[in-house]
Amino acid sequence: MSPRTRLGLVAFGLAGLAVLLVAACLRLPGFGGDSHPYGDRAVRESLARHTANTIASVNFDQRAFDTLGEMTILFAAVVGCVVLLRQTRDEHRARPRPADVAPPVRRYALIVLPIALVTGLYVIAHGQLSPGGGFQGGVVAATSLHLLYLGADYRALERVRPVGLYEVGDAVSASAYVVTGLAGLIGGTAFLANTLLPYGTFNTLSSGGTVPLLNAAIGMEVACAVVVLLARFLDQAVEIEEESGT
Amino acid sequence: MRAVMDVLPYLVAVWIFLAGCYGLATSRNLIHAVGCLSVCQSGTYVLLLAVGYRDDATAPVFSDVEPGSRPVVDPVVQALALTDVVVGATVTALLLALVIQVAKRHGTVDPDELSELRG
Repeated sequence: MSPRTRLGLVAFGLAGLAVLLVAACLRLPGFGGDSHPYGDRAVRESLARHTANTIASVNFDQRAFDTLGEMTILFAAVVGCVVLLRQTRDEHRARPRPADVAPPVRRYALIVLPIALVTGLYVIAHGQLSPGGGFQGGVVAATSLHLLYLGADYRALERVRPVGLYEVGDAVSASAYVVTGLAGLIGGTAFLANTLLPYGTFNTLSSGGTVPLLNAAIGMEVACAVVVLLARFLDQAVEIEEESGT
Repeated sequence: MRAVMDVLPYLVAVWIFLAGCYGLATSRNLIHAVGCLSVCQSGTYVLLLAVGYRDDATAPVFSDVEPGSRPVVDPVVQALALTDVVVGATVTALLLALVIQVAKRHGTVDPDELSELRG
């Protein structure tokens, strides 16, 4: 197919799609309207279970089973990347040479690293109270480690980041989520039903039943997953080289 | 004016989605195509958050807001947007890994030059 006919076909298809989508938009409830039946119910249920952050309650209590699926997607993507980005037969590893870093960059990275790490852990720990949670905090904590790559060099990063350990951590935290769900079955309720633990005092760290536990498992899983993913991509960029002459 | 504001955020989402689709269809570089897919997905974030918005409302987090004192935006779609972001990020990572392999095996990232199959 020539580029011209293809462009014509795309324009035709997109125009049709645009007409359908705009027609659908015109029938949607007005922006900023007051009718949110599901939202109101979610807020009521979340307050009944002493979870201050309603979004954490939706993710780890009301829709905990969907979050299990979401976590499985993340886990499968990490496994897929590890398989795709492995070292193949016609490649070899080269030790990267230590690189010079501009002093201001080094200073800034090393000052921000501990702050970013603590911020990430704080966001995970307070997931059921304040905006944030395991997903967001995990990403912050995992990327904070990589400031060492910017501030020092690749070898320093490798010393604080044994990838094997993080791969195990990824699997352990994924299982921790399932085990917390199974604990409900053993306790005589349902899988991932948040009725096992006491709900605690509203707006304290231990409130919300199993929400903080699932949140922590997700935080650890996301942090490990991001570390493993970035490690694989960095390996490709920094370490793995093609054999010359093949 | 009110009638325009009622649908404008939805139309913005549609526009972002269609812009991403156009980029995907006309892309000459696989990394660019992965970026376009992310643009498509950004359209869905805008749509979800627009559906959940409520006038003069605050975030559905009650650590510093007295429950019932103010209207809050819809938490269900916000949780869906979070799911959307996570899935989008993992899909992007997986696709970029595939692009790296394609570039290694075929020496090109132009989808038009990848027409023949190779074992």
